[in-house]
Amino acid sequence: MNFRRLFLIFTPYTWLLIFFLIPFAIVLKISLSDYAISIPPYTPVLDLEAGWAGVKEFLSALDFENFTFLTSDALYYTAYLSSLKIAFISTVITLIVGYPIAYGMAQAPDEWRPTLMMLVILPFWTSFLIRVYSWIGILSNEGFLNQFLMWTGIIDAPLQILNTNTAVYTGIVYTYLPFMILPIYSALEKLDGSLIEAAEDLGCSRLQAFWLVTFPLSRPGVIAGCFLVFIPALGEFVIPSLLGGSSTLMIGKVLFEEFFVNRDWPVASAVAVVLLLILIIPIVLFQRNEQKQREAEG
Amino acid sequence: MNRRFSWFNATSLTLGFAFLYLPMIILVIFSFNQSKLVTVWAGFSTKWYVELFRDEAFLNAAWVTLKVAVVSSTVSTLLGTMAAYVLVRAGRFQGRTLFSGMIYAPLVMPEVITGLAMLLLFISIGLDRGVFTIILAHVTFTMCFVSVVVSSRLATFDKSLEEAALDLGCTPFDAFKSVTLPIIAPAVISGWLLAFTLSLDDLVIAQFVAGPSATTLPMKIFSSVRLGVSPQINALSTIMISIVTVGVITASLVSKRSIARQRAEEQAAVRN
Amino acid sequence: MAQPANRPVFAPWTDPNEKPLIRFQNVTKRFGEFTAIDNITIDIYRREFFALLGPSGCGKTTLMRMLAGFETPTEGTILLDGQDIAPIPPNKRATNMMFQSYALFPHLTVWDNIAFGLRRSDMPKDQIPARVEEMLKLVRLEKFARRKPHQISGGQRQRVALARSLAKAPKLLLLDEPLGALDKKLRQDTQFELMDIQEKTGTTFVIVTHDQEEAMTVASRVAVMDHGRMIQVDTPDRIYETPNSVYVADFIGDVNIIAGTATPKGDDKVSIVWAEGQAPIAATAPGALTPGTPVHFAIRPEKVAIATQKPEDRANVIEGTVEDIAYLGNISTYKVALPGGQMIKAQVANDRRIARRNITWEDKVWLSFTDTAGVVLLN
Repeated sequence: MNFRRLFLIFTPYTWLLIFFLIPFAIVLKISLSDYAISIPPYTPVLDLEAGWAGVKEFLSALDFENFTFLTSDALYYTAYLSSLKIAFISTVITLIVGYPIAYGMAQAPDEWRPTLMMLVILPFWTSFLIRVYSWIGILSNEGFLNQFLMWTGIIDAPLQILNTNTAVYTGIVYTYLPFMILPIYSALEKLDGSLIEAAEDLGCSRLQAFWLVTFPLSRPGVIAGCFLVFIPALGEFVIPSLLGGSSTLMIGKVLFEEFFVNRDWPVASAVAVVLLLILIIPIVLFQRNEQKQREAEG
Repeated sequence: MNRRFSWFNATSLTLGFAFLYLPMIILVIFSFNQSKLVTVWAGFSTKWYVELFRDEAFLNAAWVTLKVAVVSSTVSTLLGTMAAYVLVRAGRFQGRTLFSGMIYAPLVMPEVITGLAMLLLFISIGLDRGVFTIILAHVTFTMCFVSVVVSSRLATFDKSLEEAALDLGCTPFDAFKSVTLPIIAPAVISGWLLAFTLSLDDLVIAQFVAGPSATTLPMKIFSSVRLGVSPQINALSTIMISIVTVGVITASLVSKRSIARQRAEEQAAVRN
Repeated sequence: MAQPANRPVFAPWTDPNEKPLIRFQNVTKRFGEFTAIDNITIDIYRREFFALLGPSGCGKTTLMRMLAGFETPTEGTILLDGQDIAPIPPNKRATNMMFQSYALFPHLTVWDNIAFGLRRSDMPKDQIPARVEEMLKLVRLEKFARRKPHQISGGQRQRVALARSLAKAPKLLLLDEPLGALDKKLRQDTQFELMDIQEKTGTTFVIVTHDQEEAMTVASRVAVMDHGRMIQVDTPDRIYETPNSVYVADFIGDVNIIAGTATPKGDDKVSIVWAEGQAPIAATAPGALTPGTPVHFAIRPEKVAIATQKPEDRANVIEGTVEDIAYLGNISTYKVALPGGQMIKAQVANDRRIARRNITWEDKVWLSFTDTAGVVLLN
């Protein structure tokens, strides 16, 4: 019995230690190393054959130089700031787009709702890459949007949308919309209808009842949805690479290029470490929101 | 909710679903376009599908992706189910907090970081990059999704069912195999499907850990769409979208029918 | 109560030569700081229908789970047939349990649920179908063998659970609130069915319940528990008639409790001074009492007579005013206020039609009872 329990704990635990925790230790270590034109492209390399002296020498060669470098080169901190800005604005837009959809679903007749639910989930199972790709044909200069706008006569010359931040916002809103709709919908669906009737009975108009009763009660869902969009959007790589332009700075893309194009592993690692540190704040807030909701549900 | 379905609700649903589906519908329509220009309709044709199936590189990439997805989702379902069992049932043990942290962290970890960290691990232990390293990386990041799905099912599982099995003479393993597993099977299956889809879908992590010898389908798509739209990709997308659509609709119909049947039977049981 | 009067009385606990099937020896169970079972010692005999009765959290379920093997005692030993069962895992024990939630396997049919334990026993494969049929017949579910648990009603599920736990012919069957999920009418029918099955199979039953009526109906002996301790272990009639404490008297049935001080009057008789201006209560108490011992006098409402005329030949007579009447159909309970403010309940069987009864609200009445009707409790 005890052997079995040990095996059960040991197997996934070991896997995660080796393939999840140790890699992060390596990232941290390399972020403290220096760039070198060699293989691997950083120093120091831990020389275990040199024994204790080797470890000591290794440790003394580690420093925060890369992190200082991140603050001195405008590229990095503007990339962080611009990622935060893009993630924030897209989250707000996703909320504005997603809330009415979730609300409409919750108000829909019972027999529609499984179908509506399926329609929201279906894109989630569809390839992320394809969903991003589908916007290239729409937003490009010869794309459907420009064709449509010129056909209606609103514009004479095609607008440059693809390869701008607008395209990135569109891509993020589009791909992460289900993550916003689902938690809000599940919060709204649980709402007791007699609460709104009570509010109206006590003199609220429908709009007031919405603002004073429905919206506050759906707040846990709104918060969860916002974090579910904001957190992955912050480190997004595919969307800025495909839809963004050269002026679109997002930290996921910077990291990728630092690693593959510049081959500067230490700086790429430092970028990753700082990104993680930035992410910890929303993640902790998100966890707290989830916990509060679980407690409220008993 | 008191349901008062208004014109406002109808409009927001219509516009919302149009936004969600129009881009994909356009994609599908233009996969049948005669012209190479994906934005100008020039007549119906299936030639891009024919070309797609002639393209060795695409077929190879698809094959690699399928292999990786089947193997990694199976291993990750195994590990993820074990992890879920440990989380829900094993009680306290040394390092439990670290364990649950490692289960939940990958859910919110940016793929670029996971990919970078995995790659640096493989390089430092001198593992040759290829299909095998993609599988290792995919198992790691998908097992967490599996264990979240399975553990939420296990949390609502009536523990006395397992106790009853023990009481009737099962060994703990026998109890798991003949009682727990059949009951949580739907969650395990959806965990597997989720892992499979995530693996099929993954670009960023594969990009890091694949090395020059292996190319997955998303990597192939990515490198070709970087150069702009291509009708061949539209054809490929259409195939993938159709598979998912058929799968999701079938699954929801099956579950809808089994729920309806169960309800009818329960009502019949009450009447007896 | 459970035993017909024309048979020799079933009372192995009075026979010093009888070996108990189960023996708890100074068993204590702690969960961290919390003591669930506090130094319990009891014997349970073969063929007994033993009820563990108490409010939720009194430790009765923990006691049962220790018998099943899901908990191990922190201190003390549990012997089954003279053998310490602590090291035996649940799947190797000759006990079976019927769970409160029934714990029927939802993915298996009724038939497979009942066969589940048999397939894991040393019973030859070809004998299993016959045994399952026998069990189905015992609980009258032959027609439902091919159904899944969600396709049968709550009462039928309860019987499947019973059949499943009896199929392996355990030495001891544990029943955890077996009737808790049934409605009242069904529960009463099932109680008699349970007794019937227990008698037919000759299995020893240990039942956990918080329903005193259920415990009194089915059990040969009832153990009243509170805060992990055994308060009283006795036959249902003795628990009811001669409770050993205010707790037991109060927990089982309805009771009037009067506090006072007792003075012995010789011949087991005591007189209890209980209120200013009232005559002392004449009662019977076993054993010697020192004069002035504080006691509680407990008397059941149905043993208190109520009349509009003062009765002459009763040992105890008290005057009061009717404050409230609860009409329950077969009986009526009168709440009578005494001059000192105390309340005493008297219960009367309604053997006449309502128009013929002559006591109503605000009436002056006389309450009376004999000197053997109540119990004197020391504590």
